[in-house]
Amino acid sequence: MNLLGQQLVNGLFIGSVYGLFAVGYTLVFGVLDILNLAHAAVFTLGGLIAVWLVQAAGMPIGLAFPLATLFAGLLGLLLNQVAFAPLRKRADSRFSGLISSIAMAIIFEAVALGLFGARSVRFPQGMISVHIWQLAGVTLTSLQVGIVAVATLLMGVLTLFIQHTRTGKAIRAVAENERAATLLGVNVNGIIAFTFFISSALGGAAGILYGLYFDALAPDMGRSIELKGLAVIILGGMGSIPGAILGGLAFGLSEVLTVAISGTSNLRDAVAFTMLFVILLIRPSGLLGREKTREA
Amino acid sequence: MNELRVQNLSRSFGGLQALLDVTFAVAPGAIHGLIGPNGAGKTTLINILSGVVPPSAGQVVYRGRELHRLPVHQVAAMGVARTFQNIRLFPAMTCLENVQAGQHLNSRRSLLPRLLGLPSARREDRQLEEQARRTLARVGLDGKAAHPARNLSYGERRRLEMARALALAPSLLLLDEPVAGMRRGEAAAVADLARSLVREGITILLIEHNMSFVMNLCSRITVLNFGQVILTGSPEEVRRHPAVVEAYLGPGDRHA
Amino acid sequence: MVELQEFYAVYGSVINFIGINALLALSLNVTLSAGMLSLGNAAFAGLGGYAAGILTLHFKMPYVVSLCGGALTAGLVGLALGLPVLRLRGVFLAMATLAFGEVVRIAAVNLDITGGAEGLTNIPNVTQTWMIYLAVAGAAYFMAVLRRSRLGWALVSMREDETAAACLGIHITYYKAVAFAIGAMMAGLAGGMYAHLTYLITPRDFGFFVAVDLLIYNIVGGTRIWYGPILGAALLTALPEILRGVGVTAGPIRMGVNGLILLLVILFLPNGLASLFTRLRPAPARAETA
Repeated sequence: MNLLGQQLVNGLFIGSVYGLFAVGYTLVFGVLDILNLAHAAVFTLGGLIAVWLVQAAGMPIGLAFPLATLFAGLLGLLLNQVAFAPLRKRADSRFSGLISSIAMAIIFEAVALGLFGARSVRFPQGMISVHIWQLAGVTLTSLQVGIVAVATLLMGVLTLFIQHTRTGKAIRAVAENERAATLLGVNVNGIIAFTFFISSALGGAAGILYGLYFDALAPDMGRSIELKGLAVIILGGMGSIPGAILGGLAFGLSEVLTVAISGTSNLRDAVAFTMLFVILLIRPSGLLGREKTREA
Repeated sequence: MNELRVQNLSRSFGGLQALLDVTFAVAPGAIHGLIGPNGAGKTTLINILSGVVPPSAGQVVYRGRELHRLPVHQVAAMGVARTFQNIRLFPAMTCLENVQAGQHLNSRRSLLPRLLGLPSARREDRQLEEQARRTLARVGLDGKAAHPARNLSYGERRRLEMARALALAPSLLLLDEPVAGMRRGEAAAVADLARSLVREGITILLIEHNMSFVMNLCSRITVLNFGQVILTGSPEEVRRHPAVVEAYLGPGDRHA
Repeated sequence: MVELQEFYAVYGSVINFIGINALLALSLNVTLSAGMLSLGNAAFAGLGGYAAGILTLHFKMPYVVSLCGGALTAGLVGLALGLPVLRLRGVFLAMATLAFGEVVRIAAVNLDITGGAEGLTNIPNVTQTWMIYLAVAGAAYFMAVLRRSRLGWALVSMREDETAAACLGIHITYYKAVAFAIGAMMAGLAGGMYAHLTYLITPRDFGFFVAVDLLIYNIVGGTRIWYGPILGAALLTALPEILRGVGVTAGPIRMGVNGLILLLVILFLPNGLASLFTRLRPAPARAETA
């Protein structure tokens, strides 16, 4: 049993889910310079909707996943419409956007609580047939591999999209300099709405994968990942998609290794947050981020 | 000594050389103009003088102290006040409050006497308020004391920024485009104000694009282009110098 | 008279919690009024509460001494924390203080002296309602007077425009540190009173969500005047009771109403409920450039 290898692999799995979640976070931050604190709530609702579609509507997971992801994307559009767009003209739009996203997060969680109750739910047993592989002393299940595959696929598609399509370039333009983008004829409002759609869709997908991995979903499941997601994007550099992916993996690895080394899960979060604290002090722009931390 | 000496000042940002080997002196009690095309480095120079940006090389000496080594708030404590090209008022405060905020270095406003409700505290507040009103009156804004700063017109905002800078009781005033966007009458009033300030012993260094304003007001002018000093001289000298003309209008017609 | 006693018997704890929350909200207002988005005050309250509890339980200190010890502990930690993080702007400062809060909470869960996950128990409940409100009144008076003092003017200037404030001679780092320490002390005091109110203090009492709650009290009530945070704390603490009074007991609905109030305030009344009384105007639209 290759212990180190097993830990690395476990860290990879959870890290890829963190990365997927963080990518959505950082996308909105890169474009709007705003932290969307409702992202974790969309994560939760995406997962819960998927469970509902499978359990109550009897859909196969292959259909429920994209549908729930789509729904999460629509929630993102709603978020933009209600909480962010009206505030963009304000001088303190970054701060007030933050606050309104907190408000929407509370509302979304209340809706989740109201619709699904406080107990945790899970996907039906045997929904996915499980194979187990042994590779170089490391145990892999098909579920884990599937999660990593889907997460990687989504993150890869997004990166390619941002780099090579016209819309992706427009998104990057708006992230760089909104005014210049307007002058170049970019439909900034449309791009922002679209960015929210993608970001929230990815967040919802992350929620479904998270729920599959931990075999439990509850209206408050976003809480634990909310802070972690923030830590990941700061670690990786806010506004940087590759940074979010790398940061997610690093975070996942550090979590798993901390538990393995200390033998308990108590210190896991403490180590993560101390790391975050130290990074903020030394290099707030993170691994791959732009130097935007201090403004005159 | 109240002379401001800028010596071999250089500043680069990444690959961009904003200022190179800038040297000139501002005599005490002078109104010294700083002109040059856009991007010549004038605002960078003011930022270095006020301590907001450190130089890459060179020195700034004022009143015997090396200004460029001091943090921003200590530069202000040396008596150096400034206005900003983009105007940085306190938008949520009224005009009067903006000026009162500027009184920071000249006020005590101690917490304890205020907590105890002592009459000395109220007296100080009254005095400071009167002073602030007088300063507003000097820039012609006494009628708008209670107006929120963000409701002012463009020219009025520039004047309010000046008033706030004056609340510092400075010995050196750095003005970054003080009359930009002003009509002739408003700009003339600012010129008169500058002259009266100089009569009180204040030295002024100002950046401006309004040529008639600069030529009529300033006793000496430094011309910058591409971060370097072309010339420091009297308005007459500057007006006639071919390099200055070329800097603004471009190289002469080769086919002439 | 009997009705008053009955009223108090039923609503006494809400009244007490309104007071504690008001004090906490005011403590956050100190840093908010300087433009700093520090979210560490819940952790400072926890530190103060634990310190005061330990002083009372293990060192048998009298109540007032314990309270002072708690406030001082929180203030010193606040200073130590504040100095390195002061350079961070906006959301980064929020993250750093949140991270700090989490580390404190996890430490509290894992240390023996803090009683682990169950917290400190059997703290004598010495705190009376009048003591809480005395503290609130004192803090409110302090905040009101602060606005007119040199420190207060400096903080507000920094909030409006830090660079311009520095050019007026305001020592930014110094005043930020002072604001941090004062806010931490106030929070520590509230924590100490809380510990002696509910017999115990646990790590859950001052986690991430409490920190966010304090921010919400300030936003809903209004950050620009001393009674804003009190208003916000009072309304949102009493809200569950009010809703229960009109027959709404479901958790989701109460939560949803909280969120809705916050949303409506930030969209339509950005300076909080207090602005209804003072007719403060919201932050201006972006100024046109020349």
